[in-house]
Amino acid sequence: MHWLARQVLRLAVVLLCVTLLTYLIVNILPGDVAIVILGSLATPQDIAGLRADLGLDRPMLVRYFDWLGSALSGDLGRSYRNGEPVAQAIADRLPVSLQLMVMAQIIALGIAVPAALLSVRRPGGLFDRMSASAAFGFLATPNFMLGIVLIYLFSVTLDLLPATGFTPMSESLWGNFESMILPSLTLGLIEWTVLMRVLRSDLLTTLKEDFILLARAKGLPPWRVLLLHALRPSSFTLITVLGLNIGGLIGGAVIVEQIFALPGVGRLLLGGIFNRDLILVQGTVSFIAAGFVLINFLVDMLYAVLDPRVRYVRFRS
Amino acid sequence: MSGAVSGGPLLSVRDARVGFGTVRGLLRAVDGVSFDLQAGRTLGVVGESGSGKSVLVRSLIGLVGGGSGAVVGGQVLLEGQDLRGLSAAGLREVLGRDIGIVFQDPMTSLNPVMKIGRQIGEGLQLNRGLDGAAAARRAVELLAEVGIPEPERRAVQYPHELSGGMRQRVAIAIAIACEPKLLIADEPTTALDVTVQRQILDLLQREQRQRGMAMILITHDLGVAAGRADDIMVMYAGRAVEMATTREIFRGPRMPYTEALLRSLPRLSDVAHTRLSAIPGRPPDLARRGMGCAFAPRCTYRSDRCETEEPALTRDGARGFACFNPLAAGSRVVA
Ligand SMILES: Nc1ncnc2c1ncn2[C@@H]1O[C@H](COP(=O)(O)OP(=O)(O)OP(=O)(O)O)[C@@H](O)[C@H]1O
Ligand code: SF4
Ligand SMILES: [Mg+2]
Repeated sequence: MHWLARQVLRLAVVLLCVTLLTYLIVNILPGDVAIVILGSLATPQDIAGLRADLGLDRPMLVRYFDWLGSALSGDLGRSYRNGEPVAQAIADRLPVSLQLMVMAQIIALGIAVPAALLSVRRPGGLFDRMSASAAFGFLATPNFMLGIVLIYLFSVTLDLLPATGFTPMSESLWGNFESMILPSLTLGLIEWTVLMRVLRSDLLTTLKEDFILLARAKGLPPWRVLLLHALRPSSFTLITVLGLNIGGLIGGAVIVEQIFALPGVGRLLLGGIFNRDLILVQGTVSFIAAGFVLINFLVDMLYAVLDPRVRYVRFRS
Repeated sequence: MSGAVSGGPLLSVRDARVGFGTVRGLLRAVDGVSFDLQAGRTLGVVGESGSGKSVLVRSLIGLVGGGSGAVVGGQVLLEGQDLRGLSAAGLREVLGRDIGIVFQDPMTSLNPVMKIGRQIGEGLQLNRGLDGAAAARRAVELLAEVGIPEPERRAVQYPHELSGGMRQRVAIAIAIACEPKLLIADEPTTALDVTVQRQILDLLQREQRQRGMAMILITHDLGVAAGRADDIMVMYAGRAVEMATTREIFRGPRMPYTEALLRSLPRLSDVAHTRLSAIPGRPPDLARRGMGCAFAPRCTYRSDRCETEEPALTRDGARGFACFNPLAAGSRVVA
């Protein structure tokens, strides 16, 4: 079978498993949306009535396949709480979360790649040791704490950036950017550490290769050897980690959105969990999982772009 | 720009030393090697694995050291210019323009993620000031010259799309692209199929003659050097132990190790695939060198003196050998 077809099939199977698992977990969660909606003074009859209205009295698997059928056509159901379509709720908040993660990723790569390149110029040198210490320091910092420190520094002390709240792009481009800087920094400043260490270690391995020696023998200056010859063949682990880290990034985004009061998918999800709005939670988690799987699929495609040998194996055999 | 004293050697190496700091102490990989190479001539550097051939030539052009904890000493003159005294940028200029190098394994010496044409053209752009298009055109010409069919198509392919022999041809094209005066070939055929080894050696020799380059041909096989090198330097444990014209070496080695190397050559008269008489024993541990001759434990001519004193390279006219009990001049080796 063609490589691509195989990948798509695998994607479908993974998504099926993920949504089913989510459905099971969400339904095992303690708490009842009917009680949340009606309050603790409601009679058992009222609760049973509402459960029937919401379709919660049917067996779980039946509900799952029901949900899956509509989900495939883009309908993730309506919030138990306020009747808002779940798909619409996600679509409204997605841009905020995406912006947060993309900016965080740019910050992370923007620090990690130059830091790794500078480190390997002199392994064990001053910069290498300093960046390693900085990386371990940031890695050991929980992101809620880093967020608070950043707020304290840039909002409270320096009064440069807003502490919380979100300005939509449609309102003010600059205001939007300003409101996203601290949240993205909070995520990015932790993310870069792993990326830097991984890239550094791969660069060191690559720099021992004969083709690097040959590049140097051509008379290329060190920075050209690094950028033109060493960087690309050293970036495969980085790409893998980038894909795998999306999971951590999403988890971090949920927390960061909470700290900075950003109206993103993460806050939607947390709200849903607090309200036992199972259908909302189900939709959001499935969406996130699908996004995760899809991004890793794209990352996998990226190998083929970066490494002609992978392309060769995949498309010619 | 040539600062050569006319008539002087192209390359002159004096007392080259390379030591690596290892956990077991200083490892003397190259221990006081000197030689001269005239323009247009070929020097064969022959020795067993680990004798320091690669480290020697890499140290000449500044490719050892720089973070690897290597200590490099001695003098290297290219056309009278001391390479060791150059700035990093100055050395890069000499490297790019005047020296080409071919490594042992074309699987690892070509960048796997860069198109072949670019790998050839890169040096031309940097050292010869060609623009991208001109460098690309020249790369195709060079591919044709080193015997690669369909050079236009190959130029935009990646190394893994070529066979080992083809890759080594590409490596040669890279090495000769900037018209160097000195070509260093470090065991250019060891990693290749026997059937293509000869073709690659012939190609190297042809290019060398056409371009009037000097060549250092490293090999562990005296047979490879036989028809192709003008002079031969035999290395053992980081030292030059015999130096002579190829003809003299084959007429009669003076140093027992050279004799042993000759004995291990396969002969035409041998039944195919009979076992060669490999040299018994192993080379010494370079980090734990004793006082005597490094070859003594394996030498059949050894005397007491060999155990306590290290023989220096003694000159006998143009040839030199390091041995207390040299073989008589002109003693033919009968395997
Ligand atoms: N970076 C290094 N650090 C420590 N020791 C090294 C280093 N590079 C080479 N050596 C040692 O130097 C010695 C000479 O190695 P070299 O590669 O020059 O041998 P060679 O004659 O080229 O052998 P071969 O025929 O296998 O290529 C070996 O003992 C090797 O282990
Ligand atoms: S010096 Fe002695 S041990 Fe060394 S090669 Fe000569 S005879 Fe053999
Ligand atoms: Mg070698």
